Amino acid sequence: MSADLAIVAVAVVTALAAALPGAVLVLRRLALVSDAISHAILPGIVLAFFVTRDLNSPWLLLAAAATGLLTVVLIETVSRSGLVGEDAAIGLVFSALFSLGVILVSKGAAGVHLDTDAVLLGQLALVPFDELVVGGVNLGPRALWSMGIILLVNGAVVVFSYKELKLAIVDSGQAKLLGLSPTFVHYAAMALVSVTAVGAFQAVGSILVVALMVAPPATAYLVARRFSAMLWASAGFAVTASLAGVAVAFAADVSIAGAMATAAGVQFVGVFLLTPRGGLLAQMRRRQRQRLEFAARMLVVHLAHHEGRPEAEVENRPEALHRHLKWSSHFVQRVVRHASVQGLARNAGGLLELTEVGRHLAHQLIAEGPPRPRR
Amino acid sequence: MSVLDLLSDHTLQVVAVGAGVLGLVNGALGSFAVLRRQSLLGDALSHAALPGIVVAYLLTGSKAPLVLMGGAAVAGWLGILAVGAVARRSRVPFDAGLGMVLSVFFGFGLVLLTVLQKRPDAAHAGLKTFLFGQAAALLKGDVLTMAVLGVVALAVLAAAWKELKLLACDAQFGASLGLAMGRAEALLQVLLVVAIVLGLQTVGVVLMAAMLVAPGVAARQWTGRLGTMVVLAGVLGAAGGMAGAVVSSVVAGLPTGPAVVLILSGAVGISMVVAPQRGLLWGWLRRYRTRRAPRLNPVLMHLYALSRQHPDEPEHGHRVGVLRTMSPRETDVTAALEGLARRGLAQQVGEELWAPTWLGRREAEKALQREEDSHVS
Repeated sequence: MSADLAIVAVAVVTALAAALPGAVLVLRRLALVSDAISHAILPGIVLAFFVTRDLNSPWLLLAAAATGLLTVVLIETVSRSGLVGEDAAIGLVFSALFSLGVILVSKGAAGVHLDTDAVLLGQLALVPFDELVVGGVNLGPRALWSMGIILLVNGAVVVFSYKELKLAIVDSGQAKLLGLSPTFVHYAAMALVSVTAVGAFQAVGSILVVALMVAPPATAYLVARRFSAMLWASAGFAVTASLAGVAVAFAADVSIAGAMATAAGVQFVGVFLLTPRGGLLAQMRRRQRQRLEFAARMLVVHLAHHEGRPEAEVENRPEALHRHLKWSSHFVQRVVRHASVQGLARNAGGLLELTEVGRHLAHQLIAEGPPRPRR
Repeated sequence: MSVLDLLSDHTLQVVAVGAGVLGLVNGALGSFAVLRRQSLLGDALSHAALPGIVVAYLLTGSKAPLVLMGGAAVAGWLGILAVGAVARRSRVPFDAGLGMVLSVFFGFGLVLLTVLQKRPDAAHAGLKTFLFGQAAALLKGDVLTMAVLGVVALAVLAAAWKELKLLACDAQFGASLGLAMGRAEALLQVLLVVAIVLGLQTVGVVLMAAMLVAPGVAARQWTGRLGTMVVLAGVLGAAGGMAGAVVSSVVAGLPTGPAVVLILSGAVGISMVVAPQRGLLWGWLRRYRTRRAPRLNPVLMHLYALSRQHPDEPEHGHRVGVLRTMSPRETDVTAALEGLARRGLAQQVGEELWAPTWLGRREAEKALQREEDSHVS
């Protein structure tokens, strides 16, 4: 396997593996737990490393997963004491654990291959050079194997406990009534997050784990309306973000993990702007339309009010609207155009006249009175 | 080298003063983040500052603290705006927006750092210290800059005290008084940006959030008044910062940022346990005491309740069957009655008929009194 291909493969597999538990985190409003866990597992990894003296030992994975669960438990204990808000609890717990890890690293691992840079930033570019050799047979990059297994486990959990996950996310009370334990589902999900964070963090570093866990699912959240759609979209966005990131990193020769995170962010912004349902541009268009619609209604009422009276000559002119309704002359033009397109009024040589439809609408609006808040 | 020598060491003095100033400003301003439940905004902000630092260096070629702080502040501010835009304008919840801004900005910063690293000059070397901070590299001029900016930030805090207090305690009430709460919030965000930017070089991106929040959380346990809390948090932050700086210079190879954070975390832990009124210790003690107190005997209480129906006739007998329906959870009411009789609290006055003794009535009254007291307290 060529080095570049290995990097692409590890990037895509890591992003996919992170996106699945990430979707659960985003839906359960626990996105920042990924931040906490990915930092707080450091002391677990370091301690296990001191014992085993092997950075590839599976014990590191287990120790890190245990530390991740411990983090979640600690955060919940602290915030349940009622003395500290949940946000502060997250910030305090992971900082303390991370500090402990940094100190352990600087005190004990000097001269050993475990520097804090690698922890924060990951070393995706080195992935192809660390290959798994079993009985003299080269099986390819080790990271591909570890992340592949984690992806399989995550995928299997999502597929086989789809119903339980969905119920625990959507309605944990109902889940409890049906005899499922939302607590168990919660901690199982947290264990998956921890394991995934450890695996991913060797490749992309602890902060970019957060990007991979949060950004693709958040992007999916913009477009998906069903749990299954959310999972598929998260996976899809994870693949596109990682491919785009790796491509940019190769082309510009910059940090691969950083480029993946940036790509995931750019992707979110793009989808956020362009989604037809609820996207930022769609929102702006709708607000614009509503504003015109409302102004057109004001216009017909205004015209109907003065129609057939002596002052109509003065009042029912675009200049008067500009003066009386405090509309800019540009806006007056747009409203008049909108009203004539809708067949409500027409501009007869500078004097605005209601059509039959417009008059009918105006009288209807006057009869209704001001809009009342709906109950 | 004795401790005294160490304390008169010039470098250490600079570092300790720097860390102290940092703790003071962060503690005081962070109190508001704690009360607004926006602790993690600080985390997002400090991560988001990274690309700003690199861009500032790329544009100016200068590593002067003021230049880098300016870049960090602009990027941090953009990060806050981005979180706000995502939270308000999209379906994506606040926490996911925060996580995304934090990691994406940081990732972009890394990309820029690698761009920088390819340059032939090695001048960028200092920028990486921003990841973990390097208090030992603080110079007198840096500390002076930090002190001036910190004093300005605290002065602004004092000037806008009323608005910020309302924002922290009851923003809706503040808005109903006609105060510009939106503007107060923006001001608070600017102040938080300043507080965080001050510390990035010393504590580093990752641990800045704890620096901001921990003193406030600890101070909150000791007082319910905002003024006291802010002052106490400032003092705690300053003390924690200086202690961390001293400890890390005494113990070789101990990084300052993590040392400060662990000390402050310890302060939070101690405060949560022993602070008067709010402390967990008092809750545990109370629970221990109530567990030690003798449980009400339900059969005796029911017998007492029945005997109150016949105040003139203390020896009036009550049926075991009645007691049995009153205490459905008691498996063997007769055995319970016999137990009470052995303790002199109840007596059998006929076939299947029981009454409380004088002692039993007094015991029941005392138990009721205890129950009432414990509910009041």
